[in-house]
Amino acid sequence: MIKRTFLALFTVVVLMFSCSSDDDASGGNDNQTDNFDRSAMLINWADNIIIPVYEDLNSKLEILAAEKEVFMAEPTPANLANLRTAWQDAYKVWQYAEMFNVGMAENINYIFQMNVYPTNIQDIQNNIESQDYDLSSVNNNDAVGFPALDYMLYGVGNTETEVVEFYTTSASADKRKIYLSDLTDRMQTLTQTVLEDWKNSYRDTFVSSTDNTATGSINLVVNDFIYYYEKGFRANKFGIPAGVFSQNPLPDRVEAYHKYDFSKALALEAMNAIQDFFTGRAYQSGSDGRSLADYLNSINGNEDLSASITSQYTAARTKINTLNESFAEQVKTNNVAMTETFDIIQLAVVLLKVDMLQALDISVDYVDADGD
Amino acid sequence: MLKHFKAYFNQQNSAAPLAVFRIGFGLMMFISIIRFWSYGWIEKLYLDPKFHFSYYGFEWVKPVGDWTYLIFIICGLSALCVALGLKYRLAIILFFLSFTYIELMDKTTYLNHYYFISLVSFLMIFLPASAFYSIDTLFKKKQYLLIPQWTIDSIKLLLALVYFYAGLAKLNSDWLFKAMPLKIWLPSKYDLPFIGGNLMQQEWFHFAMSWSGMLYDLFIPLLLLYKRTRILAFVLVVFFHVFTRVLFPIGMFPYIMIIGSLVFFDPKVHHKIIHSIQEFLKLFSIKPKPIATGTFKYSNQKLIVSGLLVFFVIQMLLPFRYALYPSELFWREEGYRFSWRVMLMEKRGYANFKVVNPKENTYFYVDNTDFLSSFQEKQMSTQPDFILEYAHFLGEQFKAQGHEPIEIYVESYVALNGRRSQPYIDPDVDLLKQYESFQPKSWILPFKDDIKGL
Repeated sequence: MIKRTFLALFTVVVLMFSCSSDDDASGGNDNQTDNFDRSAMLINWADNIIIPVYEDLNSKLEILAAEKEVFMAEPTPANLANLRTAWQDAYKVWQYAEMFNVGMAENINYIFQMNVYPTNIQDIQNNIESQDYDLSSVNNNDAVGFPALDYMLYGVGNTETEVVEFYTTSASADKRKIYLSDLTDRMQTLTQTVLEDWKNSYRDTFVSSTDNTATGSINLVVNDFIYYYEKGFRANKFGIPAGVFSQNPLPDRVEAYHKYDFSKALALEAMNAIQDFFTGRAYQSGSDGRSLADYLNSINGNEDLSASITSQYTAARTKINTLNESFAEQVKTNNVAMTETFDIIQLAVVLLKVDMLQALDISVDYVDADGD
Repeated sequence: MLKHFKAYFNQQNSAAPLAVFRIGFGLMMFISIIRFWSYGWIEKLYLDPKFHFSYYGFEWVKPVGDWTYLIFIICGLSALCVALGLKYRLAIILFFLSFTYIELMDKTTYLNHYYFISLVSFLMIFLPASAFYSIDTLFKKKQYLLIPQWTIDSIKLLLALVYFYAGLAKLNSDWLFKAMPLKIWLPSKYDLPFIGGNLMQQEWFHFAMSWSGMLYDLFIPLLLLYKRTRILAFVLVVFFHVFTRVLFPIGMFPYIMIIGSLVFFDPKVHHKIIHSIQEFLKLFSIKPKPIATGTFKYSNQKLIVSGLLVFFVIQMLLPFRYALYPSELFWREEGYRFSWRVMLMEKRGYANFKVVNPKENTYFYVDNTDFLSSFQEKQMSTQPDFILEYAHFLGEQFKAQGHEPIEIYVESYVALNGRRSQPYIDPDVDLLKQYESFQPKSWILPFKDDIKGL
């Protein structure tokens, strides 16, 4: 009887498979085969977006490191100005990189060593004085990266002259220069590491991993993308300073607080980065490739969803454009405009996290508990 | 009629089917507990989260720190004892209590098949499953070859109920006429070998799966009961459960159902199974000993039968309690659980909680990840009773931090079965002024569509 059972079981399985191949043979009239090329999307992400972003960031950080050398040798207001410009240029490119927390970036905690703000002035000062610090330590995440440089280049004095004096007149001047130098070098080394890994081996692993599992590249990047939109973009840049997660507004929590009038410029770069990623726009050439939007459009009944998401991005950008160059100033003078911006950004969170993830059937959490 | 009824309850049958069921069930449960533990789920689901979602009326059932492990040890060992038939009555009572306690600790992990296991183990407390081929018979030096027919049939009835009600639940317009949610789930299995890129993408296949799933659930109990279709039915059972296991992360459930449905077979089959277990044990020089035999008789059969009749009537009525609530069941989920509604919905949500100080007219939003695991957040955001319980938890949290007066609102959106997301909970209702009860929840916003059917 057991033999017969297995025979019957086998027959059913064979029948099923043969049915499906029959259908393939007679195909051509059906447009329901899985015709979205996920591999092409991953290749577009890797070759036209992620790697070019890291390359650009790396070269901007090389310039920053070079300007830092010049400034260290000759701490003059003119050299400080060049150093500051290099920092701004690199910080803008960073806005395109922060959403990709995969591969080496995830392994070495890259993002947390590059842009945790507000930076901790006390930690920075202690590090400078002690000269005994491990910049890779989790405890120093808020004393390194772009926000730490923001303080070192703008926060240590009210005028350019005062900042230059910080590195020239005090007994600690040399220690300060060393810390400035170590910070810059570390950012460049880390970026180099991530970039090399992408170029050497990770790229191929990344583009070949098209499966719909928690470790598949699409799932990883889409989850990162949504996380970044909700946390790195929505909460960090707008929500927290506007006080939507606290009792009172916290203007000193904005990105690049010490530069003061730079937060809007960074937020707009980030907005572009988000939209470009969603529509698959190449970082260098600006031409469109296979994207998340295309993926959504390939699924029946979701054609209008990608349009809704894009128009929500446009609405958010329009609103951000009306804000003060300095978000800190905006929060202090008219916080309502800031919370309104937050609310507009929030609407896309729902579209991304609820509608998009449902359409793509991507799991939002990595809890591998059983289902029914 | 009454005569037939009485005659039926006096019918005897071989004790082998129930013994095999006991062994299979106990082993499956033992493996399940080990699997659960080895995946680190005790920590992840019960020890790490700061907050646990309780069933209404069971708020006192909570994880008990490191003692939680002890509950799992008791559960695993009692399952093993059930399989062995060692101190069976005590073991099955302990298993029922510990397993049910585990399930009641956090409703985030609610699964119909966990509920099923609680019910089976409850039923088994009253059945003579260790009358035959158990260690207990060795100690008592007596075994029973015959037991009342109804004791075997009660397991069949419970299994049949599960399937049949799961089938009834599929009689709705989304499942049958939109092939939802399979139309979302199947194409996303594009990475399956052979069938992922083609079959899984075909719309006709989504409909075929929906309809055959419905027909399978409704008719498999009959096919299993009827002798001439039984083997075919069992083939279907194996195929259906293995196939769904390939497609969906449903853990041990398919194997439990496959083993469970063996109970429908003739005693001959069960004797063969027991015989092969004996052959297997001989490899370890464990040989069966001759034991005196007898016929099992309940001393209090009337009492037990009437009790179990009440149990089954409740089981048959409970899934229909949703009719007492306003529609739409899938949207509101009032009376959704404990009703064998399996894999019926693709539901995702987003809930943003707002803590308001009405006196100063200030507010702030809550970062859910501060309090909930991602699994809890996922479950919370689509189920009103979770949202309410969490709101009250947040109220306590922030009151303790000195935030008073306090009101809690939620801005939430839910997407159901491929529809675009819609606002879910009334954003103008202070959830702290709402309390959990069996009353319909007035603060759930209406569903802007219609799902017809049961």
